[in-house]
Amino acid sequence: MLRVAAIKKRDGFTLRAEFEAPTPGVVALFGRSGCGKTTLINIISGLLAPDEGKIQLDDTILTDTRAAISVPVEERRIGYVFQDARLFPHFSVLGNLRYGLTRGRRRAAKVRGERTPAGSAASAPAVSDARSIGFDEVVRLLGLGPLLDRRPHQLSGGERQRVGLGRALLSQPRLLLLDEPLASLDVARREEVLPYLEALRDRLSIPMVYVSHQFEEVLQLATHVVLLDAGSVIAHGTLNEVSVVPQLRAIVGPDAVGSVLDGVVTRIDPSQGMADLRLGRGTLYVSLEGVTVGARVRVQLLARDIILATQKPQGLSVRNELEGVIAELTPDDHDGVLARVDIGGDVVLSRITTEAARALELRPGGRVWALVKAVSTRGRAFRAPDTQ
Amino acid sequence: MNDFLSSAELDALRLSLEVAARAVGLSLPFAILVAWILTRVRFPGRSVLDAFVHLPLVLPPVAVGYVLLLLFGLNGGIGGWLHDRLGIQLAFTTAGAALATAVMSFPLMVRAIRIALENVDIGLEAAARTLGAGPWDRFFTITLPLMLPGILAGAVTAFAAGLGEFGAVITFAANIPGVTRTIPLALYTAIQSPEGDPVALRLAILSLTLGLLGLLAAELLARRVRRLLGR
Repeated sequence: MLRVAAIKKRDGFTLRAEFEAPTPGVVALFGRSGCGKTTLINIISGLLAPDEGKIQLDDTILTDTRAAISVPVEERRIGYVFQDARLFPHFSVLGNLRYGLTRGRRRAAKVRGERTPAGSAASAPAVSDARSIGFDEVVRLLGLGPLLDRRPHQLSGGERQRVGLGRALLSQPRLLLLDEPLASLDVARREEVLPYLEALRDRLSIPMVYVSHQFEEVLQLATHVVLLDAGSVIAHGTLNEVSVVPQLRAIVGPDAVGSVLDGVVTRIDPSQGMADLRLGRGTLYVSLEGVTVGARVRVQLLARDIILATQKPQGLSVRNELEGVIAELTPDDHDGVLARVDIGGDVVLSRITTEAARALELRPGGRVWALVKAVSTRGRAFRAPDTQ
Repeated sequence: MNDFLSSAELDALRLSLEVAARAVGLSLPFAILVAWILTRVRFPGRSVLDAFVHLPLVLPPVAVGYVLLLLFGLNGGIGGWLHDRLGIQLAFTTAGAALATAVMSFPLMVRAIRIALENVDIGLEAAARTLGAGPWDRFFTITLPLMLPGILAGAVTAFAAGLGEFGAVITFAANIPGVTRTIPLALYTAIQSPEGDPVALRLAILSLTLGLLGLLAAELLARRVRRLLGR
């Protein structure tokens, strides 16, 4: 578990954040620019001291202002992937990776050395301590082989981020912080780096804190989300939970609001590029390319794409009718209503007009069918995290 | 070479090179330390230290030499102690000439190193920290290598300037042939003597050549290091 509580006042801005998230897992710190995301991970990393606060990773207290505890940055074993990569210009790629590796190994050995004589299992290290991350593994995982002899200035933006990621991983971190690692890249480069991040999430059991103001990245990578606005946590929980909180709308905009559902592929229809996705209860028949039976898939159903019916419809082209109960209706804009529909554990959001809500006499507790077009998942389907 | 320069002139050349080199070697570690303190440490007397470091630039060199004589002369506080305890004499020696030269070129060196240090991205040091590098580790593996262009530029400039240091050297170390008579002192001596014109001219040309070579070397070195750092 990663527990964070921090207060930091700076130039008229106050960060007052508190959250906890399970480890391993990917926690996304999500919010608009200037909401305090970077300040918060700098506090976690130790590069910035909070005015008040406590940071705890598993059974290690990293910062506790009341107890005057502050583990120095260099001893925290927290990897940091910076927005601008920050590769050392006077070392080759290999030199940069080794810089992390030698110090990481030394650090990890020191921790083991301190613990062995004590001989007690009470302060047993976290799982991630037991396993060291090898050079070859990182080079293979991040595709760094062809880059080793190059100098940082000879790399593209995406390559730089991959090297920065590798360097941080090789320092044998117990926690990896990523500060908008894709923000300085164009769309093509983002697509190049994202699969590597996805692979890290699923292959290594290192907890990650991922800062982003792009909801697409959060969708693709996060297991948990901490929603920040003006220095405060306005919601936190699993991605599925946070995807349906009303406060998200103000940040991502009305058109990007939609519930995130994780499911398992139970049947594929490759000729049509379609597949059955089993959810908690019920199945979605949706457009899914390149998946295999048994794959865990995450889809986002945009609220604006979901139609509500008060009777089981007939004679429609829509392939999915999810029966459920209206959990909540919240006004959305001047002419709309956002309906949360509980479809048996999972929640879908539907944005309908105020007019339609009145005509259908929708109210909380009412039975409805949420209609989902099979193509509505096109471009909004991702590999679901294995961890969790 | 011997056809062009007399043995006395060669002595002056050798002495100038030696004094300048020793001066650079002597002041370099202190210059790095002072530059680091002035750039990275915030403390109340910072501007006083800054002014103090720059004093040799604005004082008459003779005054600097005189102050050195008061401090490091055999009757001076530090000089007396050095002589009685360690048997070291600075005034009127080659080492003394190097000390005087070091003091005079100190501000030049500090300025160059300070600019270099200000250009070192603190973010890179923070990155090294997150990778597990402690303060000394960071300094020697990140900060110092990245400052290298500035340090080299500062050292070469100080060396070139040190070849020509006159006032402080002649005041503190006197004008002793083969011991403290560097090129500028030899030049001055030649001008003073009735038939010294040809000697003076040769020494002036020598100074000019050395100066040009020094500046060219500095430029080449800087270019090379910049390429190494990929800038």
